[in-house]
Amino acid sequence: MSSVTLGRKTEPLYALVAQFDTVEDIRLAAERTRKAGYTRTDAYTPFPVEGLDEDLGMRPTNLGWVVLIVGILGLLGGFFLQWWANTVYYPLNAGGKPLNSWPNWIVIMYEITILSAGLTAGIGMILRNGLPRPYHSIFNTPGFEQASRDKFFLSIEARDPKFDLVNTRAFLEALEPERVSEVER
Amino acid sequence: MALETGKVTVYPETNRVIRRGETYGSIDDRVLTPVLQGLERTPTWWWIGFGISAALLVVYIVSVVKLITTGIGIFGNNIPVAWGMPIINFVWWIGIGHAGTLISAALLLFRQPWRTTVNRFAEAMTIFAVVCAGLYPILHLGRPWVFYWLVPYPNTFGLFPQFRSPLDWDFFAIGTYFTISLIFWFIGLIPDLASLRDNARNGFQRLLYGVLSLGWNGSTKAWQRYQRAYLLLAALSFPLVLSVHSTIALDFAVAQVPGWNNTIMPPYFVAGAVFAGFAMVLILGVPLRKALKFEHLITLRHLDNAAKLMLATGMIVVYGYFIEVFIAWYSGVEAERYMIWNRMFGPHGKYFWALIFCNFVAIQPLWFRKVRQSPWALFVIALAVSVGMWLERFVIFVVSLTRDYLPSSWSDYVSTFWDWSLFIGSLGLFGTLFFVFVRLLPSIATAETKETAYHDHHHGSDAFETIRMEYYNAEETA
Amino acid sequence: MTDVRTDFTDIRARLANQEGPAYWRSLDEIADTDEFQLFLQREFPRQAAPLENGLQRRDFLKLLGASMALAGLSACARPPQAHEKIVPYVRQPDQITPGRPLFFATAVTYGGYAEGVLAESHQGRPTKLEGNPDHPASLGATSATTQALVLSLYDPDRAQDVRRGDEPSSWEAFYDALQGALGSADQGAGLAILTENVTSPTMAAQLQAVLEANPQARWYQYDPLHSDGALEGARLAFGTDVTPIYDFSQADVVVSLGADFMDRGPARLAYARAFADRRRLHTVRDADTMNRLYQLEASPSVTGTLADHRVALKPSDLAAAAAALAGELGAGGSGSKPQAFSQDVWNAMLADLQANQGSSIVIAGDDQPAAVHALAHALNDALGNVGNTVRYVMPAAARPANHAAELTELVSAMNAGDVSTLLIFDANPVYTAPAALGFEQALSRVAFSAKLGQYHDETSAHVTWSLPQTHFLETWGDARAFDGTISIQQPLILPFYGGKSNVEVLDMVLGNANSSGYNLVRNYWRSTVTGSFDDFWRETVFSGVVAGSTSPVVAIGTAQAGGDLPQAAEYELSLVLDSAVMDGRFANNGWLQELPRPITKLTWDNAAFVAPATAESLGVGTGDLVRLNSGGREVTAPVWIQPGQAQGAITLQLGYGRTAAGNVGNNVGVNAYELLDLSANGTQPVTVTKVAGSHKLVSTQIHHALEGTGEARHIVRYGTVQEFRDYVANPDELSFVHPVPHLHADLYPDFQYEGYRWGMVIDQTVCTGCNACVVACQSENNIPVVGKDQVAVGREMHWIRVDSYFGGSIDEPEFFSQPMPCQQCEKAPCEPVCPVGATVHDSEGLNVMVYNRCVGTRYCSNNCPYKVRRFNWLQYAELATDATELSLANNPDVTVRSRGVMEKCTYCTQRISMARIDASNEDRRIADGEVVTACQAACPTQAIVFGDLNDPASAVARVKSSPLNYAMLEELQTFPRTSYLAKVKNPNEAVS
Repeated sequence: MSSVTLGRKTEPLYALVAQFDTVEDIRLAAERTRKAGYTRTDAYTPFPVEGLDEDLGMRPTNLGWVVLIVGILGLLGGFFLQWWANTVYYPLNAGGKPLNSWPNWIVIMYEITILSAGLTAGIGMILRNGLPRPYHSIFNTPGFEQASRDKFFLSIEARDPKFDLVNTRAFLEALEPERVSEVER
Repeated sequence: MALETGKVTVYPETNRVIRRGETYGSIDDRVLTPVLQGLERTPTWWWIGFGISAALLVVYIVSVVKLITTGIGIFGNNIPVAWGMPIINFVWWIGIGHAGTLISAALLLFRQPWRTTVNRFAEAMTIFAVVCAGLYPILHLGRPWVFYWLVPYPNTFGLFPQFRSPLDWDFFAIGTYFTISLIFWFIGLIPDLASLRDNARNGFQRLLYGVLSLGWNGSTKAWQRYQRAYLLLAALSFPLVLSVHSTIALDFAVAQVPGWNNTIMPPYFVAGAVFAGFAMVLILGVPLRKALKFEHLITLRHLDNAAKLMLATGMIVVYGYFIEVFIAWYSGVEAERYMIWNRMFGPHGKYFWALIFCNFVAIQPLWFRKVRQSPWALFVIALAVSVGMWLERFVIFVVSLTRDYLPSSWSDYVSTFWDWSLFIGSLGLFGTLFFVFVRLLPSIATAETKETAYHDHHHGSDAFETIRMEYYNAEETA
Repeated sequence: MTDVRTDFTDIRARLANQEGPAYWRSLDEIADTDEFQLFLQREFPRQAAPLENGLQRRDFLKLLGASMALAGLSACARPPQAHEKIVPYVRQPDQITPGRPLFFATAVTYGGYAEGVLAESHQGRPTKLEGNPDHPASLGATSATTQALVLSLYDPDRAQDVRRGDEPSSWEAFYDALQGALGSADQGAGLAILTENVTSPTMAAQLQAVLEANPQARWYQYDPLHSDGALEGARLAFGTDVTPIYDFSQADVVVSLGADFMDRGPARLAYARAFADRRRLHTVRDADTMNRLYQLEASPSVTGTLADHRVALKPSDLAAAAAALAGELGAGGSGSKPQAFSQDVWNAMLADLQANQGSSIVIAGDDQPAAVHALAHALNDALGNVGNTVRYVMPAAARPANHAAELTELVSAMNAGDVSTLLIFDANPVYTAPAALGFEQALSRVAFSAKLGQYHDETSAHVTWSLPQTHFLETWGDARAFDGTISIQQPLILPFYGGKSNVEVLDMVLGNANSSGYNLVRNYWRSTVTGSFDDFWRETVFSGVVAGSTSPVVAIGTAQAGGDLPQAAEYELSLVLDSAVMDGRFANNGWLQELPRPITKLTWDNAAFVAPATAESLGVGTGDLVRLNSGGREVTAPVWIQPGQAQGAITLQLGYGRTAAGNVGNNVGVNAYELLDLSANGTQPVTVTKVAGSHKLVSTQIHHALEGTGEARHIVRYGTVQEFRDYVANPDELSFVHPVPHLHADLYPDFQYEGYRWGMVIDQTVCTGCNACVVACQSENNIPVVGKDQVAVGREMHWIRVDSYFGGSIDEPEFFSQPMPCQQCEKAPCEPVCPVGATVHDSEGLNVMVYNRCVGTRYCSNNCPYKVRRFNWLQYAELATDATELSLANNPDVTVRSRGVMEKCTYCTQRISMARIDASNEDRRIADGEVVTACQAACPTQAIVFGDLNDPASAVARVKSSPLNYAMLEELQTFPRTSYLAKVKNPNEAVS
């Protein structure tokens, strides 16, 4: 396990990032970090690691509720569209069916529901994650390209109230990572 | 660090979802290499396949031009057979799409880990199939250039579409299906696009995958939302598997043509769709795993499962055939009874028996694991099923129309050159899209596979695997 | 093609085993044989057609419009010149109101006999013909052919220039040449004039003048539509020229000796109406006065489909039967009834005739030999019908003549070199003269020959001068109806192809180069009228008939039977006029060529009709080629197996195989004149040999098997008078009108229609399937012609079709004709499935089609159980860019549909709108009978009733209340506005 020697940094520091090799290591490290009271932390993994968010003390996302609400609106909108168009806006006698022959509306109501909910879930996730995002400081981490391959990274941001370059670094070293790097903004 | 290139080792066939000794890195290497390697390393099979597809795509374009300039009359349609081959092909293509959604959505919800290595190309197949399908109803219009009158806004004469028409339901169903599938697929791609970005070998790849991956960095918060969204999308598109083909079935069930007007239609169409879909998964998967040397990722286990699903849905479809006959007899309606008689023994009877062979007889070998685990046998059976499902649509749509209520208006249907050129052309469209996909995007979802591999190795499913293996080997020796 | 042979024993067995009443469409329907399956595969190899038919169709239209561009049409719509006053039929403002058609009374002639019409003119452009109610030979109805004549007016293939040989020339040049030819002749020696049957008083007078001026000149008549048999029959019976006129309104029993009196002959429309009036029944009381028809005929005819007892007899048997009948009834005949005539029908017929002396009719057909006509006269005489149901008048013909004899005479005269100048009016003898006669060769010996006709046809190629003739809508003229009533023909527009009429050219012979038909006709009549000529003229031209011109009854002595009966032969050939193109004169009319012929539904072809049994013995199937050899001359024709055809009788239609008809009519079918023998006595023996190969016959009701479960579909519902009485006696029991219990259940409440509720009833008891409604609809609604290839792939466009079904055995079938327009369902299945709302209900409950809204999904057609919707698969209608004169026949009140849109019957919504406007202007409701649909107006038997169902007093409401009323496919809950009256027949109970 290697370590980067301290140098005089001119650029403002973004975070200290520790690199781990296994899921177990990163989860242990994450839990320790949270216990140590660090709050501005995040972990970067090649695939979703179950429980890592709790380890880091993250609150669950509320995306589900947004999707539910939009879905319901879609359902009602779908009915209103067809009811209004057929009974108010331009009533027509088609095959002697009643103007508001609601059983005929069901399919389209259903499809509009799915469509609106689905779009919200997909696009919602992307936007809430701040994507698309051309630049992110974490990418300055040495060897970060492996974050999408088989390495696991834990970052403690400089703006964390408890952050102190020396102590925090010492703390991370104690977690026995593969390496710890200072990442500029 | 760069991916290893050059000689790729071919691993032996395995019954496991993840080969023993697979590492996160090895998965990346195997899946990303064919995408990232330079043009000069593009294998010959790809050039041949792409070439043929592109040629057929030209046939498609020519046919469309001829159609628009001359008119729908170039097809074999007439009165009473106002819907001909284009509608058969439309439903055939839509059906094919369903396996993709089923794998990506349903199997995710049912926590079937084996889906991870097949869902990517299955979803791609879905999207491309829907593209091919969606064009047919438009081209089949008397005036294709005004298809947008089905869009719900007050268009010509300030009229909204006629929302009672199953065709308008189709418009919404297919539109939704395509959009949701596309989003689902793209979201699944983001992490892989990120690793492609991180492993890009030249500016083009760096730009392309950099832009497409939207700056994904795999942070835990991102993963958290990602998984929620993915789960929600799965939950939303699972009903689509059932609804889309049900809606299409309604085109026929709602009409009062004998042989169309049948309450069994929706479930039986859905089963047929999944049936045809898995057939197509096998038709694409078997050669693909060979070509890309994915035998250890798309393993016999996957083929086995796909075959089982094909058998199950196939038998549901056969049940549908039986019920159609029973109901026709039970209804006591002369027109219905005659329809069945005509279907079996009328001038087009041979097609009925051919479809019974393809969809019933041909799938029976799938009861045996030996067959389910011999890829090329599956390939052949899958081809038979694809043909069978096409014939099924011919028998249901066209043969029913040729002879309905008034014998005076009965007629015959004979397809024309252009009917076929448009169909074969659409195969070209599909092929072209698929080959481009195989070359530019990872055919296997690496992130998900890594997750599966992780669970496999560290969460006891390994032990389960071992037991399963022993069971299998015992069977083998016995 | 032995593979298409049908197993008749098997068929008979199948029919015998049918549950319930067995209806079938064609022999092959019931023949569920492997051969039939092969036949099906062979019969419909359609790839060829649709693949390139886009092109073929375009060629078809291009050819139609080949000769002339729109540019030349500036003259078309010119109103007649000021000094030629033509008089509107109805009181109209002096100047034309735009959008308001005017109607003018005139007359169309067939074989010289007039049928009165009212021609509809839009700003000087004739677009439609209706019957003239005031005319005895029309009574407001028209025939299918009459309806189609508007199209002929604009036919671009019509003769448009005077031709000397092949060189374009001028009327002046012709006049000079004619005078030269006449001048050289002394006393008109060598001058011969050939006309068709002449009834026109003006023309007759001119001919008289010509003959007086040139004593040596000869006038011959030859007209394929003329019946020599009738003429000679009268001469045999009475020794003089008389014409029988039948009064069907007084006839309880009618025996037809091969007479298709409702579809053939100059009185067809009048007879059809009178016959139907004694037949139609709405209440059971009408059954008491219902007449009974015994139809003896060789080949199924329109009239035969209404017969209560139809007996299929080959011509010699038919004549024998007539003789035997005359013998039985003491009318001078002899012999015994032929074997083919079933004993109980024979007895019933005798009994009925004896029981109805003075109230029966025996009528002989135009195709029958003189002897049969004589027997008919004798029978009517013996039965005391003369003076009651039959009266005799002087023939309407200006000079009654045996046309066969005259043509033969002319040919021998030409061959002898006695003819130096030949003037041909109307006729096309090079085509219509029997090939055996060698008219063409004889014609080559004539130094100066001129032909006046509407086309440069077969004859034109062999005469020195071919002259363009005016269409009757461009002509001043006059003609007599079957009963002698005279009509004055007035033109609606000036001849835009520069033609001249018969009288104008005849006047050239009399030395007047440029006399106008208007003056000629007026001058003739001025000489006949006493009192104010102008009043007479206005009144006559206005109403279309010369008041009081009906021929008076002439006293005749006892009718004597006589003449030779035709000799029997194994195969007896009858050459008959085609129901659409007649003797070939209408061969270039697309509407008629594409008109599905009655019973067979055959289009674009003629065929040798043979009985199933005959086909069996010959080993041929429909479409196979046979060589017909009669009198040493041969024709190879495709076979059509016709149920109900007399065994041993071969029927082939004339009028086909033309080579100079025009781009539509050329090379359609085979030319039967090759076999025609003028000396034949009603029929000619023929030998039939099967030859290799087959010809694709295209029928709009293609052959398909009705095999399978064999249960009846209750589409056609019919019963006897007795069954009708039983049904009315206990209406709650199942009957032939309501064979299955039917519960009226519907989820949705009915829509209420406050204003009008248009509805239609079609009476199958009096529908003859004559097709008048089909062409009337085509003319009214701008329905395009699609050509044989498109019909072959099932894309004909007719908005109303006449479905034809058979019942019973294949040898003695029942015939059913069922007109099928859009049923205008209250709960129309086509509407909810249209994604763009292109077909919806209007406020009066009409199922309307919005063309410019239609995107062409064709879902509506799939969901229409009646399959009455029609789709523009290709650009069938002429586009403005490639429009020909034919476009001028279009009805300006009806949209011309473009490629890719659906169309269908609209109940003639344009006529409803017109009436609605009138009514609202006058602030009143539309009166009953004010809106008359095109099909209804044309129907000779008034089988179609249309009107407002909200008005309980309306005719349609009353007819719909008949116990015979039923809805087509009522079990589908479509609640059609169009309903049908079950067919009722009146057979003699004595016949099992």
